[in-house]
Amino acid sequence: MKPDVGENDMIELVKKLVGLGLLASALILEPAEAATPPPPASTAKPVTPAPEVPGPLATREAAELITLFATKTTTDHSQLKPLQGPFHTGPEVTQACLKCHNQAGHQVMQSIHWTFEKISPTTGKKLGKRYAANNFCGSILSNEPRCTSCHAGYGWTDQHFDFTKQENVDCLACHDTTGTYKKVATDAGHPLYQPREMPPGSGKIVQPPDLTQIAQHVGRPGRGNCGACHFNGGGGDAVKHGDLDSSLIKPSRDLDVHMAVDGANMVCADCHTFNAHQPSGSRYAITARDRHGFDLPKDDRNRATCESCHSATPHPEARINLHTRQIACQTCHIPAFARGGIATKMWWDWSTGGKRGPDGKPLFIKDEHGHLIYSAEKGDFKYEENVRPEYLWYNGIVRQITLTDKIDDSGILVLNAVEGSAQDPNARIWPFKVMHGKQPYDPVNKTLVVNHVYGKDDTSFWENFDYAKSIKAGMEYAGYPYSGQFGFIETRMNWFITHMVAPKEKAVSCRECHSRSPDSRLAAITDLYLPGRDRNIWVDRIGWLLVAAALAAGLLHGLFRLINRFRRNAA
Amino acid sequence: MSAERLYIYKRYERFWHWSQAALVIAMMITGFEIHGAYHWLGFGKAVEIHTLTAWVLLTLWAFTIFWQFTTGEWRQYLPSLKNVLAMARYYTIGIFTHEPHPFRKTLAQKHNPLQRLAYLALLAFISPLVWGSGLLYLFYGDWGRLGLDRYLSLEGVAIAHTIGAFMMTAFFFIHVYLTTTGHTVFAHIKAMVTGWEEADESHAPNPPDRRGARGAAGADAR
Repeated sequence: MKPDVGENDMIELVKKLVGLGLLASALILEPAEAATPPPPASTAKPVTPAPEVPGPLATREAAELITLFATKTTTDHSQLKPLQGPFHTGPEVTQACLKCHNQAGHQVMQSIHWTFEKISPTTGKKLGKRYAANNFCGSILSNEPRCTSCHAGYGWTDQHFDFTKQENVDCLACHDTTGTYKKVATDAGHPLYQPREMPPGSGKIVQPPDLTQIAQHVGRPGRGNCGACHFNGGGGDAVKHGDLDSSLIKPSRDLDVHMAVDGANMVCADCHTFNAHQPSGSRYAITARDRHGFDLPKDDRNRATCESCHSATPHPEARINLHTRQIACQTCHIPAFARGGIATKMWWDWSTGGKRGPDGKPLFIKDEHGHLIYSAEKGDFKYEENVRPEYLWYNGIVRQITLTDKIDDSGILVLNAVEGSAQDPNARIWPFKVMHGKQPYDPVNKTLVVNHVYGKDDTSFWENFDYAKSIKAGMEYAGYPYSGQFGFIETRMNWFITHMVAPKEKAVSCRECHSRSPDSRLAAITDLYLPGRDRNIWVDRIGWLLVAAALAAGLLHGLFRLINRFRRNAA
Repeated sequence: MSAERLYIYKRYERFWHWSQAALVIAMMITGFEIHGAYHWLGFGKAVEIHTLTAWVLLTLWAFTIFWQFTTGEWRQYLPSLKNVLAMARYYTIGIFTHEPHPFRKTLAQKHNPLQRLAYLALLAFISPLVWGSGLLYLFYGDWGRLGLDRYLSLEGVAIAHTIGAFMMTAFFFIHVYLTTTGHTVFAHIKAMVTGWEEADESHAPNPPDRRGARGAAGADAR
């Protein structure tokens, strides 16, 4: 992989290649120039100068490069005829986009952002939000209008949604650069089209976004575009991932060295590179060990591993580079998650849902920080900030349970067990947020269940607070076998921690793992010899006995000599 | 003849001894921290110093081996069983009953017979164990390339190194204690600092036959 050149030459080469890659990506994203007359040069948008940022030279250069290629587009969308509008709905905007970007719709429709479906490349199992079980909100099924507010499309209100209509692709969710485009939480992916009181009864009238203005100001996705959904997974800011929340929209260098405005100022898609609208990086099959290393323009343009830019051996010390054989980069470089001041949910117990207060109304309790710790709609919650990850061997295989899988209800159920051990050459130690929870299941059929929570009807849980009705309705809707009985099973879910990378000086120190302390980060990983922790207890006992004997022999011998001398002197 | 002075430890020898002493002490302190016996410098720092001192000590040894062979001093480490019992008797009985020391240091023979055996054990057993396991440990990352990973486990190498380290530490304490058994408590240490050994009349003269064929070596060293 490594060209045979000096280290400095290498760094220069990589910088140039990264620049070329970004240039290439800018061109791929902007094919519209062929279809429209070029605007006169004098009216072209001025290039935004690279922000003056402190920090190491390499970082500043990277930031300048990125800004340069991100803003130096060849098309000013506000001048394009098809985008003059006015636009009244999302699909109208999409149709206008497709006039030039005539492959974009079909590309998006192949992507997980549209299909919510993904065949795991390592297990071959059909996954994605439509099938995979989780211990957060539950299932999309029967709850579509709420859940599909994070679908890259419009109008997925029920299972009859037509996945072949490309005008229902939502371009703006990802490509709005104004920050004003918002999908309504309950409108099946649509933004607001008329002024509306939200939440109902609050007296606050929310105005719809100006779709025409937004359509004329599209560009590469920024942190906020991806964050609108990915920071809010599980129903709110910071709830699900732990390493993804709204603090990453403008993170400090300490919080995220890559995305920091005063750091490299990178955006999600700089690493999660898109090829024909297909995102790279997947939690169903995270690359456990990137044997490819640097991602050069001749390669597959999948930059969603640290090694794509940093190589497998980026440290100046050989001994630290050795660690990369068994330790994922994230394990040392993300000392804690939920570091941005927003707590993440660590425990979600559905079994307590449905309680009413003394006034007969559904009960909601907040803690002193304003976090909802009990919700009649969802049960009990626990939150944490600055959480130290848990560490597990992972070899690329995630055993994700789906809603129709037979489960073992004899103990705690792990919804997505990760495989690997010290003996496995593909495995490395990875950091995880382990989500704990209790959720409904069918104890007769031994499956998890679909719970119909959202909807203005007499079966939805959030209207009626009756699991017997809501689960029955959910299972019927999904067409899954249901015994009619339900119980609650305690579950765990492993969330890869891979964002919120700290600056190198804040990386986990050696002694946090190389220690006998029961509080050592790797205390639970016992199938390898860890210097500083492991030993042969008998070698230690006999060894210390030997050292003690040597010391004692000297001391006693010396003492006798001393006594002897006093006696002689006395005599 | 009360104070016969002998220039017994030459300048390089003293430099070697004391720099080696400092390095070995540093290696014991950092080594047992790496082993997890205590927290002081921090694991990372301890590893760094342990590795650095290892290389410095190896370099020192490279010079020392050269010195041993060019000066013929290596013969000081040839074992001799003669008078070992006399030395053992001295340390267990004689030293308390104020018997004369059965051995007198000469240029040709700086170490008493027990010392020779001890140093030989150190050189022939403890040292190869510590250095062999230590270098393997240090080059753990290259085992695969060298085809060693089939035969070695990190745990085995680390435990071998620990065994060597305990032996070295026990040796160290006994060695330090025995420096106090000269005609005064600090006589030996003083000799190792200044190079000059002040012979005490209470020493028994060495039996003339003890030098035997090695007399020539002493002459060389002179």
